[in-house]
Amino acid sequence: LAPWVPVVGLEIHAQISSNSKLFSGSQVQFAAPPNSLVSFFDASLPGTLPVLNRRCVEAAVMTGLALNCSINKKSLFDRKHYFYADLPAGYQITQQRVPIAVNGSLSYSLCIDNKMSQMVTKTVRIKQIQLEQDSGKSLHDDTRSQTLVDLNRAGVGLMEVVMEPDMCCGEEAAAAVRELQLILQTLGSSQAVMAEGQLRVDANVSVHHPGEPYGVRTEVKNINSIRFLAKAIDYEIQRQIEELENGGTILNETRAFDSKLGCTIPMRDKEGKQDYRFMPEPNLPPLILYDAKSLPANMNHQQVINIDWIHERLPDLPSVKREKLVEQYGVLPEHSFTLLNEDGLAEFFENVVKQTQMKPKKVIGWILQDLLSYLKQHSLTVKESPVSPSLLADLLNLLEKKQISSTAAKQVLAELWKGEGKTPLEIVKEQKLQLLEDQKELEQICQAVIDRQENEVIMMLL
Amino acid sequence: QVAAALKEGRVTPTELCQRCLSLIKSTKFLNAYITVAEETALKQAEASEERYKKGQPLGVLDGIPIAVKDNFNTAGIETTCASNMLRGYISPYNATVVQKLLDQGAVLLGKTNLDEFAMGSGSTDGVFGPVRNPWSYSRQYKEKSVPKSHSEDKEPDWVITGGSSGGSAAAVSSFTCFAALGSDTGGSTRNPAAHCGVVGLKPTYGLISRHGLIPLVNSMDVPGILTRCVDDAAVVLGSLAGHDPKDSTTIQDNFKPFELPNLTDVSKLSIGIPKEYHAPGLSSEILTIWSKAADLFENAGAKVVEVSLPHTRYSIVCYHVLCTAEVASNMARFDGLEYGHRSDMNESTESMYAATRREGFNDVVRGRILSGNYFLLKQNYEKYFIKAQKVRRLIANDFVKVFRSGVDVLLTPTTLSDAAPYMEFIKEDNRTRSAQDDILTQAANMAGLPAINVPTALSERGLPVGLQFIGRSFQEQQLLTVAKWFEKQVQFPMIQLEEVKKHDHGVFLHQKSASFS
Repeated sequence: LAPWVPVVGLEIHAQISSNSKLFSGSQVQFAAPPNSLVSFFDASLPGTLPVLNRRCVEAAVMTGLALNCSINKKSLFDRKHYFYADLPAGYQITQQRVPIAVNGSLSYSLCIDNKMSQMVTKTVRIKQIQLEQDSGKSLHDDTRSQTLVDLNRAGVGLMEVVMEPDMCCGEEAAAAVRELQLILQTLGSSQAVMAEGQLRVDANVSVHHPGEPYGVRTEVKNINSIRFLAKAIDYEIQRQIEELENGGTILNETRAFDSKLGCTIPMRDKEGKQDYRFMPEPNLPPLILYDAKSLPANMNHQQVINIDWIHERLPDLPSVKREKLVEQYGVLPEHSFTLLNEDGLAEFFENVVKQTQMKPKKVIGWILQDLLSYLKQHSLTVKESPVSPSLLADLLNLLEKKQISSTAAKQVLAELWKGEGKTPLEIVKEQKLQLLEDQKELEQICQAVIDRQENEVIMMLL
Repeated sequence: QVAAALKEGRVTPTELCQRCLSLIKSTKFLNAYITVAEETALKQAEASEERYKKGQPLGVLDGIPIAVKDNFNTAGIETTCASNMLRGYISPYNATVVQKLLDQGAVLLGKTNLDEFAMGSGSTDGVFGPVRNPWSYSRQYKEKSVPKSHSEDKEPDWVITGGSSGGSAAAVSSFTCFAALGSDTGGSTRNPAAHCGVVGLKPTYGLISRHGLIPLVNSMDVPGILTRCVDDAAVVLGSLAGHDPKDSTTIQDNFKPFELPNLTDVSKLSIGIPKEYHAPGLSSEILTIWSKAADLFENAGAKVVEVSLPHTRYSIVCYHVLCTAEVASNMARFDGLEYGHRSDMNESTESMYAATRREGFNDVVRGRILSGNYFLLKQNYEKYFIKAQKVRRLIANDFVKVFRSGVDVLLTPTTLSDAAPYMEFIKEDNRTRSAQDDILTQAANMAGLPAINVPTALSERGLPVGLQFIGRSFQEQQLLTVAKWFEKQVQFPMIQLEEVKKHDHGVFLHQKSASFS
């Protein structure tokens, strides 16, 4: 049987982290009472007009720069029309013709064979980033035959990031999305928490034989976590392969991922292909951005966005942070990944390193094995850790000064997890875990043991 | 003059308000008003009176009764757009222009009638019925009309106001208010102004905020100003123009209100006469009036030149494509879900939407939505919408070229003929009528240019005929200056209406062109 080449592309919607919505002044907030964050414009009251939110534009520019995109100094807004209860105006304002950023790339790393020791770097091309409005939420109440509409989310700013079909499987897609998530969180342009709907991923999947043209692709939606993303994609790839090998065909359709069953199912038919009747948004002039060269001399700084100014102020991206960790502390590259992968872990590590004489290369073991596994076992975040960096540093200092053995240290740590407020030193004293260095004292203890267990000693000697 | 009268205490705001309100009642047969806000108007008048007593009026507009076309949002007062879709809709906010007028102390008498959603050129296609041109009942018209029947009633031959801002034009024309807001997308302020013998100003696109104006075509709509004289229009313009952060299509530049000079010397002026505006269907009467006007300028020393706007003849189809496309888009929000009419049909969301829209919109609106969606289909977009955009650019460039060649202002007819009798007008459908009637006014909307109708003379039937001046972008001062000069020359007669005479105590008819400034 000829090999199959799976092809995976992604469409990612990231909710912009801002105080107010993309085109109106109402607040952006998760889980507020229904319809409490809706302005006249969001409700599509007749006669209201969109006013572009500067912060949303800055977020998109930052994200575009972080993803190595060209920022379009002139971009345009369009209306995308369709009727749905959660779209009050009957159209969404988006950027179909000329989006704000194009032609970027994202590098991400994968472990080969599930071993953290071998990492390989891959790149996925970013086709574009566009600004657009989020829709409201509709909840279907089938028992009462009604649909409940909450417009709190309607009009919130989104960045749609389109990743070209450069990925080949669920694992790659998951790694790429994870890296994007970290970048967005580092920039602050989106909090990117999938569980809160701040990051939504749709996957485009197809398979073909090498040398042949790309196969028909399906779109997979309703993916609520990065883990499910990998599962959904891998399932869909398998499904398509089986279908084709059995002589079937792949329909160009949209499928929903069912996390309980672990499979994709066709979504309710949208009556063939939708014609969105795109039209330029007449109420918004073209969005003009400047850089240091093109900035007019007498322009008020408040009125314009300077791409170069934003570029200069970008924080260190995850890839840079990882390099710095490796350079500064001598940890392994795969360690740096884990440190950044866990929210707050890198800071925790650095804090401990600051407060202890133990070498970072040794500290890292305690962080990645002991601390992290404990947190995972108890489903805690780093922030929720009952053991603070200072406490851990104290403990490690005791170990470093050879006042306790490493076995004893683990015992102390187990006690510290209880979070009863005791210091490592106190625990050591309580449990008599100090390493004894006094020769005479040691002899006395050994003698006492031997005396007590005379028979066993004699048995041993025989 | 009425502002002066208010200031000097010869009349009080409440008296003025009450007189207007009772005149509205006695001219109810005109059907110019959809909603009369009697209570709030009187309250506003009282507040104004307090200010005058203290000697602290807010400005020239303080205490002046005004009316607003019913497609502007007015907080607490029904806004219907003459459609079943918005019957009973009480907006929670004021349109920026309404707010500005109220902030100046103007007294809002009520909302005026229009074609449904401003689609039409007769003010005959709204759900509250057609508006009647006050001139139908004027002595001037009655004298000239052949008596058809012996009945005493006011029914027979009344003529239309033109549209779509017919209610506003009729309100100003019949003296029930001193100024009114209309809207202008293809001529909807200038057309009824011409038929009702009032001044109708279409400002440059981007000068006045559209926030709160329920849109027809976002890229062409402007709020329009209807008054009895050009000076008044300048005053209202001064209080309305300027950047609005809520409307991203308004220009940022600072606007300075101006007073119109009394031009005496027109020798430095260059008036352009576009030959394409000698359109098929232009009545010989209006042609004569237009010619005489051109001669007037020439004899006074101005340079009068024939110019060409070659793409004029494509403007109707171009307008049709762009207008219907935007309409289809703008009307998509009317689904009965958040506000307005909602059908009882509740089998599914789609069926509810469909029924709501069928019940809420009239044929004209539905027709334009269907056309517009057709033009926006992926397969048609390039052929129709993009093409029309290109043609629009050509039309706009025609004007640029002409103005660059040294012409200051263009002089054209506003309408093809005087107002038609209602019974004649409704023989053709809305689309046909709009296509015919908009020809002389549309191009200014496509190019975003300012234009004004100045009442010029009475036709043989005793009805008003107006002429249009089109100016350069944002050169309202020059445009209005020329218009004012012309107005003074032609001395358009005042309407002689029974009802007005009854209510007048010297305030309305103080001077020939009863203005408020």
